[in-house]
Amino acid sequence: MEHANDITLTVNGTPVSRRVPARQHLVDFLREELGLTGSHIGCEHGVCGACTVRVNGEIVRGCLMLAVQANGCSVDTIEGLSDSKELAALQKSFHERNALQCGFCTPGMLMAAQDLVNQKSKATREEIRAHISGNYCRCTGYQAIVDAIEEVLNGQG
Amino acid sequence: MGKAELPLHAPGTQVDKGYIGQSVPRPNLQRLLQGRGAFIDDLRFPRLAHAAFFRSPYAHARIKKLDFEKARKANGVIGVFDGRAVAGYCTPWVAVLAHLKGMKSPPQHAIAIERACWQGEAVAAVVAESRSQAEDAVALIEAEWEELPVVVDMEESLQGTKIIHAELGDNVCFKRELDTGGVEEAFAKADVIVEDTFHFGRHTGVCLEGRAILADYNAGEHSLTVYHATQAPHMMQDIFSRHLGIPEANVRVITKDVGGSFGIKVHVYPDEMATAALSVMLHRPVKFVADRLESFLSDIHAREHRVKVRLAASKAGEILAFDLDDLTSIGPYSVYPRTSGIEGNQVVNLTGGPYRHQKYRAKMNVVFTNKNVTCQYRAVGHPIAVALTEGIVDLAAQRLQMDPAEFRRKNLIPDDAYPYTFPSGIKFEQLSHHKALDLLLKTMNYTELREEQRQLRARSVFRGIGLAAMIEVTNPSPAFYGVGGARISAQDGATLRLEPTGMLTVLCSVTEQGQGSEAVFAQIAASAVGVSIDKVKVITGDTGVTPYGGGTWASRGAGIGGEAVLQAGRALRANMLEVAAAILKVDKAELDVEKNCVVSLLTREKKIDLAELGRVAYFRPDTLPMDFQAELTVTRHYTPRQYGFTFTNGIQASLVELDPDTGFVRLLKHWCVEDSGTVINPMLVDEQLRGGVVQGIGAALLEECLYGPDGQLLNGNMADYLVPMAGEMPDIVCAHIETPTRQSQLGAKGVGEAGTAGAPGAVMNAINDALVPFNARVTAMPFTPERILKALKKI
Amino acid sequence: MKAPSFAYSKPQSLAEAFELAEQPGAKVLAGGQSLIPSLNMRLSAPELLVDITGIGSLRGISVEQGVVRIGALTTHAQIERSPEIGRHAPLLAQAVPHIAHPAIRNRGTLGGSIALADPAAEYPACLVALGATIVVAGKDGERLVPAEDFFKGLFEVDLRPGELVMAAEFPALLKDERSVFLELARRHGDYAIIGLAAHKAAETRFVYLGAGATPVFARRASAASTLEDAVSVLDRDIDPPADLYNSSTTKRHLAKVLLARAWNTLTTSH
Repeated sequence: MEHANDITLTVNGTPVSRRVPARQHLVDFLREELGLTGSHIGCEHGVCGACTVRVNGEIVRGCLMLAVQANGCSVDTIEGLSDSKELAALQKSFHERNALQCGFCTPGMLMAAQDLVNQKSKATREEIRAHISGNYCRCTGYQAIVDAIEEVLNGQG
Repeated sequence: MGKAELPLHAPGTQVDKGYIGQSVPRPNLQRLLQGRGAFIDDLRFPRLAHAAFFRSPYAHARIKKLDFEKARKANGVIGVFDGRAVAGYCTPWVAVLAHLKGMKSPPQHAIAIERACWQGEAVAAVVAESRSQAEDAVALIEAEWEELPVVVDMEESLQGTKIIHAELGDNVCFKRELDTGGVEEAFAKADVIVEDTFHFGRHTGVCLEGRAILADYNAGEHSLTVYHATQAPHMMQDIFSRHLGIPEANVRVITKDVGGSFGIKVHVYPDEMATAALSVMLHRPVKFVADRLESFLSDIHAREHRVKVRLAASKAGEILAFDLDDLTSIGPYSVYPRTSGIEGNQVVNLTGGPYRHQKYRAKMNVVFTNKNVTCQYRAVGHPIAVALTEGIVDLAAQRLQMDPAEFRRKNLIPDDAYPYTFPSGIKFEQLSHHKALDLLLKTMNYTELREEQRQLRARSVFRGIGLAAMIEVTNPSPAFYGVGGARISAQDGATLRLEPTGMLTVLCSVTEQGQGSEAVFAQIAASAVGVSIDKVKVITGDTGVTPYGGGTWASRGAGIGGEAVLQAGRALRANMLEVAAAILKVDKAELDVEKNCVVSLLTREKKIDLAELGRVAYFRPDTLPMDFQAELTVTRHYTPRQYGFTFTNGIQASLVELDPDTGFVRLLKHWCVEDSGTVINPMLVDEQLRGGVVQGIGAALLEECLYGPDGQLLNGNMADYLVPMAGEMPDIVCAHIETPTRQSQLGAKGVGEAGTAGAPGAVMNAINDALVPFNARVTAMPFTPERILKALKKI
Repeated sequence: MKAPSFAYSKPQSLAEAFELAEQPGAKVLAGGQSLIPSLNMRLSAPELLVDITGIGSLRGISVEQGVVRIGALTTHAQIERSPEIGRHAPLLAQAVPHIAHPAIRNRGTLGGSIALADPAAEYPACLVALGATIVVAGKDGERLVPAEDFFKGLFEVDLRPGELVMAAEFPALLKDERSVFLELARRHGDYAIIGLAAHKAAETRFVYLGAGATPVFARRASAASTLEDAVSVLDRDIDPPADLYNSSTTKRHLAKVLLARAWNTLTTSH
């Protein structure tokens, strides 16, 4: 039988109340229940990073968190952080440097990148690579992504 | 030949470079940056049902009994189906091509009926209201099996003591032999003979977006719309039509955003065919997205080869001959419709490719095994041919005590030797191997790196420099597939339409998976027509909308699709000038188009802007001469004809540092010099090269599908199968040479696969260069620390 | 891969947590970074997940009277950022960046890691090297288990049904003590091929991860007086099982390489 729990949380600043299957992970909840399909599923075992979202200000793997665990939390997705313009500098730099090709890893990659930008005022290329080392990209080979993040970090002044 | 002068205008008009050669950021990226793309799994349909598959746990077993009773009763289940049920809606296929003589493969069904031939082959399908419920039901299916002998090892398969398909008589899918003659003589008179055996580990594409299909059958009109993450929508339209018995015009295949494909998504997958069949059967939309575990089990694998190669050379350092014996294993079926013989065939065609020897002998066998199926994956055969060629070339250079760059210089086909027919029969229009070598050595500061290497060795820091020269197949003609009877189109078309507001819509049959096809077409169209790029909207990936064409494969998008766009653009410009001439009542020879405006050809003075031209042409044709009809939509097609394949050339270099205690290799830097003809967008070309190089690095160092002796995949998840991640990858320096092809006005050759083709060989040669002081050598990819430690005799 | 169905409960007190965790078919959920992937892959099918993250008394890092206490629900990220850990437990500070990736470290917990006791996990080896005590509690009260006794076998720890890890405690680093953590992995964040937690206090402890079902305290090598002696006896201390890519022989070799590197670091003057 399907066990369900009631949850109330904030998603991209909007309060949301739903009854969710206990087994549903957070990114399935965002995609299926709320139609926020910008967060992607790549492996469902926490390795690829495509599902990276922000919960209570920290980046997490959306596939490794149950929706029911997000009760009472504040969740930010790629859509919300795009509309709030928090990601604007990274998005511009990614665009200009072609730091995305198919775009499937991009929401998770931007989440991880913004996490670094929010934490540090500068970083070496090695530190940038280490911070995104858990976000798989098959298309770019990573260099353009590192360039874009470096540009934003250096531009922070 | 210098940088391409690209005359974008009709003869006699002024040259405006337009956007060709500019690193324009891709216009369609904003939605992807905001998570507002539309991948197949993002789509929502009324009554959408979800498919999951019961897959064989055995590598080879007869299906004695399938019991669906419990599964059918599970929550949300719409139906549970075996192979026979699905076969009622989908006919089987045989993946052979007539021009690969003697190729054989048994018929394959969408869902296996009598037996499963690899671990992971689907033997039943569940359709349910949600994927979770479908998986719950799959877990309730009960099966009885009779295990059959399993063939895993390629040598054992070739010997044929256990035959997988009794009716075929042996396990050989395809074999080929080639002999120019004179090979034994060349080896007999050689001063130096080197030989080696290279092993290439089976690996796979690991696209971040799993294979995805959503089939929507409309019973009311016997029509099928398939939203499909495929590289070749027209090919799939034909295949769905023929195998599901639906008239071609009633089948529409639409690709949306595709999360990476690299060849993985150009093949026919039985579970995808089953999904479409189930939609027809159930009269409702059905979606299937391969999850990561089933991706490893069922996405095509590739590149499992054991190759013995010998090279004969004179003491002056001249290569006299290559002798090749390639054994490659595929799965239990050749994959439809492109067949699983092409990869081995390419190894035979391409070995020794950059060099001017005349004598060549090759023997190649493609054998079946009970592992997952294999087929074309980015750079098909090239990574193997380049690595084994460049590996044996380095060994010869070492034996002759010649610098590897100098040895190559002595043997690369001269830049003025073209057109040139290579011993395997392939023909080169015009390559630039020497120019590329010069540019590489200069860009990487080769001499300084060698000196630095020498100094560091004295301090027990072991660096290696590896080179890999290469040729690459691009822009293929029907010689690749069409001649073998496959309904795979080697031509493509573009329709350009000037809209009433002066915007430009481009419909093209080549598709987009992130490489930037749509951006490149926008650049070409804007340049050819004379509009600014922000006015251009590109639509690809819809058989109901675009011209008929081949889609994306074999690095053909820019060269073939781009040419169709260019020709259509030029023709549209001419038609626009006719309309303008009719409006302005002047001779069209006095006019030109520039920056969204019709202008005076001589003075560049603005005469009428395109929005006004559009208004008149579409809404006020009554103001134009009686016998005049504006034609502001133009379609052109293009097929490369003179050369079966348009070859490109390049050369790569890898700089590594080896830890001889741990066997770990650190990639310090990588260089890639590529001649792909006219470069439309240098940034996009660089990024294709970089992505391809990293994929090749994965093959060289990390990636292998590991199988146990019973045909069980041992590492089919992202933690155990190692893909390149950002922390370990080098920066990659790219440089271009442009030798345009004369087969098209655009002059663009292909480049999408070049990075992957050369990187494994360059990295291997760098590792072996680092190992030189230890008299050690590695030849089995991936080069894990253990393999390196064994070569070092540390273990 | 969708998880099978289970019920979910989030106790607000330890007493409630002990009772729920004792039920047959119950599994404790903390960070979920190991449990949830196994559920998604249908490798386990519990009936009830008991989410203990609501219990505040399981959080926090404290240093009192020379003893560092890390609450079970402390996340890897909190350990990574903690100035107390940096100063008083540099071994852990060095180990933490090797654990997976930032997004996982934000959720994964120390208690979860040691309760699962993956043979390639970093903390178990570090805690054995530090001579730590695992504080365990259940409805019958609290127990103190020395780390080297806590890890019993492959994914097997000294936790009775209904018991939870409360905290780990160990002495803060003294002035002349040194520690070093080394790990070999193909990629950032991968499970270690092999790793070494080395702690030089009153006694020296070399403790390996990835060299057996549990952390392997290489006692003979730890007691050796020269590096040469240590390396020569190491084969009697460890018997590492092969993994997908590395034979037992390879791991033995790598263990010796790490031993030499750790030894040199520990004996180099500041």
